[in-house]
This record gives sequence, structure tokens and C-alpha cells, in this order.
Amino acid sequence: MSATTSGQATVPPEAAVAVREARRRRKGTGGGRSWAQALRRDWQLYSFVVLPLIFFIIFRYLPMAGNVIAFRRFRPGGSIFGEEWVGLHYVQMFISDPTFWNVFRNTIVLGALTLIIVFPLPIILALMLNELRSRMFKRLVQTVSYLPHFMSVVIVAGLVFQLTSVNGTINQLIESFGGDVVPFMQRADWFRTIYVSSEIWQTVGWGTILYLAALTTIDPQLYEAARIDGANRWRQTWHVTLPGIRPTMVVLLILNIGTFMAVGFEKILLLYNPILYPTADVVSTYLYRVGIVSSNFSYATAIGLFEALIGLTLILSANAISRRLVGTSLW
Amino acid sequence: MVTTPVTDLPERLVRPNVPRTVKDSRGYTVFRWLNAAALVVIMFVTLYPFVNLVAQAFSSEAYINSGQVNLVPRGFNLTTFQVVMEDRLFWRNYQNTVVYTVVATAISMVLTTSFAYAISKRALKGRNVFIGIAVFTMFFNGGLVPNYVLINGLNMTNTIWAIVLPNAISVFNLLVMKSFFENFPEELEEAASIDGLSTFGVFFKIVLPLSKAVIATMVLFYAVSFWNSWFSAFLYLDDRDLYPVTVYLRNLLAAATSADSIQGGGGGDLTQIASNVQAVTMVLTVLPIIALYPFLQKYFVSGVMLGSVKQ
Repeated sequence: MSATTSGQATVPPEAAVAVREARRRRKGTGGGRSWAQALRRDWQLYSFVVLPLIFFIIFRYLPMAGNVIAFRRFRPGGSIFGEEWVGLHYVQMFISDPTFWNVFRNTIVLGALTLIIVFPLPIILALMLNELRSRMFKRLVQTVSYLPHFMSVVIVAGLVFQLTSVNGTINQLIESFGGDVVPFMQRADWFRTIYVSSEIWQTVGWGTILYLAALTTIDPQLYEAARIDGANRWRQTWHVTLPGIRPTMVVLLILNIGTFMAVGFEKILLLYNPILYPTADVVSTYLYRVGIVSSNFSYATAIGLFEALIGLTLILSANAISRRLVGTSLW
Repeated sequence: MVTTPVTDLPERLVRPNVPRTVKDSRGYTVFRWLNAAALVVIMFVTLYPFVNLVAQAFSSEAYINSGQVNLVPRGFNLTTFQVVMEDRLFWRNYQNTVVYTVVATAISMVLTTSFAYAISKRALKGRNVFIGIAVFTMFFNGGLVPNYVLINGLNMTNTIWAIVLPNAISVFNLLVMKSFFENFPEELEEAASIDGLSTFGVFFKIVLPLSKAVIATMVLFYAVSFWNSWFSAFLYLDDRDLYPVTVYLRNLLAAATSADSIQGGGGGDLTQIASNVQAVTMVLTVLPIIALYPFLQKYFVSGVMLGSVKQ
């Protein structure tokens, strides 16, 4: 603990203690003191923690514990932790459920399409914005492209219905080129295209923010050096810009992989209908119908737990791989 | 591959810090124009759905029916606005959205700010445990059904609490605030404690008044997410009079699509009337966000930046 040296002579001793105390609070590790001492000294800070901790316990950790009903029989109105153990009954149930494997496949396809198509686009858009010299124009493009991010998913679904309807703009375009009207929202083979397009529309602009921030941190001298070495703009982008934003790319990639299984549940729930189930039904929408609509709570919980564990495994392994290979990780 | 003419090189070596005076290669000039053109197209595609929405809201059903409404309203019509605005349920639900947003944002801010301040103090014993408790929930959560069972078990269904409590703390926002407080100039806090202020005093009299920008950003993040949310209301509320406007809109969309499915995409009157009403309802729902967006955009962006500082 660094004691104050210069001010100590002139300030009263209790103030010096207060300063040392404040320094210690900042720089110390908090270890080496008993809880009784810590509580007595920092009780005001601990009082800040009480309500939020209660929130996390009730609304985050109780539901986690509530996952035990995946292995127990649950009676509506009974205990939220179920009545009696049934072992892996519900796990076996979904393993032998063909619908489950169908929705599992749909989830992976949609997740993979989103990752492969939507993830790189903000990088490209950020690079395009980076080439603009007019600040006004750049700001205009940014303002416009961020806007969809603030739309409720209900609005996005409404816009999708409107554009894809039989009288909508897309069908008008098809007709003007001499094609036949396509009832898009009743064609299972169109759903993935529509879903990914709506994701692009809503997320790509906002996704550029972190890349644009990373771009400003690249040392201009690196470009200068590259130019002196005879690199054109394309090679400068490849050898200076992209390595400069690589840490940002890796962190966002890990986060994206972690949410791979959680493909837009709310959006799909709003957009799909039974005709679209063959491509649109994903694990989360299936377990919503099984659990909430049909009240098979335990069965749906088993599916949800499986999904959550896959998500956790994905993010942990993506993080570990990236730490080993690239040296960048979330923690 | 297009390369910069070699003749440029000596000039750059002499004055390396004035790159803009050097003429671009022809290939790069062409690229810049194409790039700008592509961005104009991107802006158009981004804005088109909104323009189309407004056009449909002011058009008459007949023109929407025959697929003639794109950029400008056809058969100018204000009656649908009148009809929707006279709907008692719509205003009731709109009012609910306002109430839920205000109450939920207030609760969220109290919990997030106090927790973030406490865990920003490195010397607080147990700090890492508190951070761990919060961060773990980003990567693993209870899932839909256990949450539903819990809210039912707590008798929160059909109350405002089911909307405002379960999502009170967003861990992302919490981490943004935490990193802001960590970068707060400690000299100020030290000076205040020398003057005899307690932790509460320092927090309320010194830290909060100097954190207005980050607080404004967080209020906006929370308010937009509560304004836009629909699923918890859809899940936990059965009473139409308690719905937020997003659920009102969702029910409208669901009614229209099911009618659509029944008719096999033929597009009868019911669907078309619904699509005009839908457009009007959507316009009225997004209006506050679109109207405020240009003024608030910079706060949102600064919030995301704050969050990324900690890396």
C-alpha cells in the first residue's frame, strides 16, 4: 500500500488515513481481510449489492436450478422443482423424437447461414465506410444504416410480411420482369433466404460500430510505411487494416458462435406458420410449442437444457481455440 | 493489379505526412466512385421498407390490393388513421407500453447503477464472485420453461411485475457502467472522502452528478429495449387491457397471416384491410423511436464504445 508522502505533513492525520484508505480500496486486492472486517468497513458498498444479487438469484439462478424438472416429473401448480425423479426419461424422449432432429437440423442450418453470411458483412461495410473522404456522407450512411437496429422485432416481422406479400414490392418486381407471383410466406424453401435477408437488414449497419472504432486506432504510420514499400490501397487493406481489426473480429466471432444455437427465436415465432415448419421450425420454437402451448414442461425443459449446454460448450471451446491460435479471448 | 505510379515515390519520401496531395491511381478513383454508389444503394435498400410502410399507411386499400403502392401513397387515405386512433384498445395498449417502459427503466437503472458502482471497486472483498455471478448468466440461462414456471409460481402472471422484473439487469449494460466507474477519476472520490463524505455521500453527491452522460446512454438502451419488447408480455399476460402495443401489433399480424394461410395466398378483402391497418399501426408504433432517433443516435454509439473500452 503506497502511503502518501508529500501531503501528509500539512493535512490532519484522519484525512491522511482517509486518503490511504481510499487508495487501498482502489489498488488493494481485497484479499487478506476477514469478511467481518470487510463488511464493517464497506457495508455501504455491500448494501448496493443486495438488491441486484437478489435479482440474479431469483430471476437467473432459480430458473437454472429449475432445469432439474428435465429429470423430474412436474405437476402444474406444484413445486417449481418437480415432484419425483424420472431419470433420463425425457432425454430419451427427445433423442427418439424425429421432429426434434428436424428442428435441430434447421437450427444448425440457420445458425450456420447467419454466421457465414451475416458475420463478415459488417467488416466489409466498415471498410467501405473507411474509404469515404466526405465526413458528412459517412455520417449520413452511418445514421441510416444504424436505424433498423432500433426497430422492435414485431416491426421487422411486419415489414417482412408487407414486402413479401403477394401484392408487395418484391412480387411487383418479379411481375415487372415477367415472372410469376410467389407467395413467399407459404413456401418453406424461401424461409431461410427471407430470414437471413431480414437479419442482414437489421444487424449489419449497427455491427460496423466496433469495427469503425477499431479502425480509428490503427497507426497512420503503418499505412505510410506500406505505401513507401509500394503497397496499393488493396494491399494496404489486406496487410494493415485487416490485421489491425483482427482482435475485434475474433471477439465478435466468439460471441457469435456462442449465440449460434439461439437463432432469432422471437423473429421466427412471429414469422413462421405451420406451412413453413419444414425449414423454419428451430429448437427454441419447437420447445415453446411443446412446453408452453402443450404444457409438456419437463420434456421442453430437457430440450432447452440440451440447447443451453451446446451453447455453453460452443462459447467455451471457441474461446479456448482462439486463445491458443490467435492469442485473443474473452477472458 | 493497379499500382501507384513510381514517380510519386520521391515526393512521398520527402514529405511523408502529406499523403492527400498525391494523386490517386485511376483504379482507386474508379473504386471510390463505385464504393460511394454502392453505399447509396445500401442506404436506399435500408430505408425502402420504411418508405413503403408510410406509403401503404396513407394509401387506399384498392391500390394496395392491386399491388401499386411503392414509394408514394396512391389513393390518399386518412380514414385508417382515424379508425386506428379511435380504437380504445390501441391507446390503452400504447399507454401500457409507456408505463412499462418508464417503470422497467427506472428499476433497471437503480439496480444496474448501484451494482456496477460496487463491483467497480477493486478492493471490495467478494468482488470477483459478484462479477462472476453476473457474467455467467450471459453464457448460460435457465431457459424458457423454467422461467415460465417460476413466474407462474411467483404469481406474477397478469401483473406489471412479470414485464419489468425478470429482465431488470442487462449484463452488457452492467459491464459498460462498471468500466465507466472504473475509469472515474479517483482523486475526486478521494478528495470527497477527505472532506468527510461516506460512500453513499461520494456516490450520490460526486459520482452520479458527474456520470450524467453514461446514465443517459443506459436509460436509452433500457428504454428502447423495453419499448420494443413483446415476448414477456405475450407469454405472461392474458388480459388484452394489459398488453403493450407490440403485442397489439403482433396479434394484428397473426390474424392477417392466418387469414392469408386459409385463403392459400389468394389475398381476399380481409387480408388487404388488415395490411392497411397494419401499416398504420406500425407507423404509430415506430413513430416515437424514429422521431427521437436522430437526436439520440450519438448516445447509443458512445454507449457501445464505452462497452468496448474494457478490452
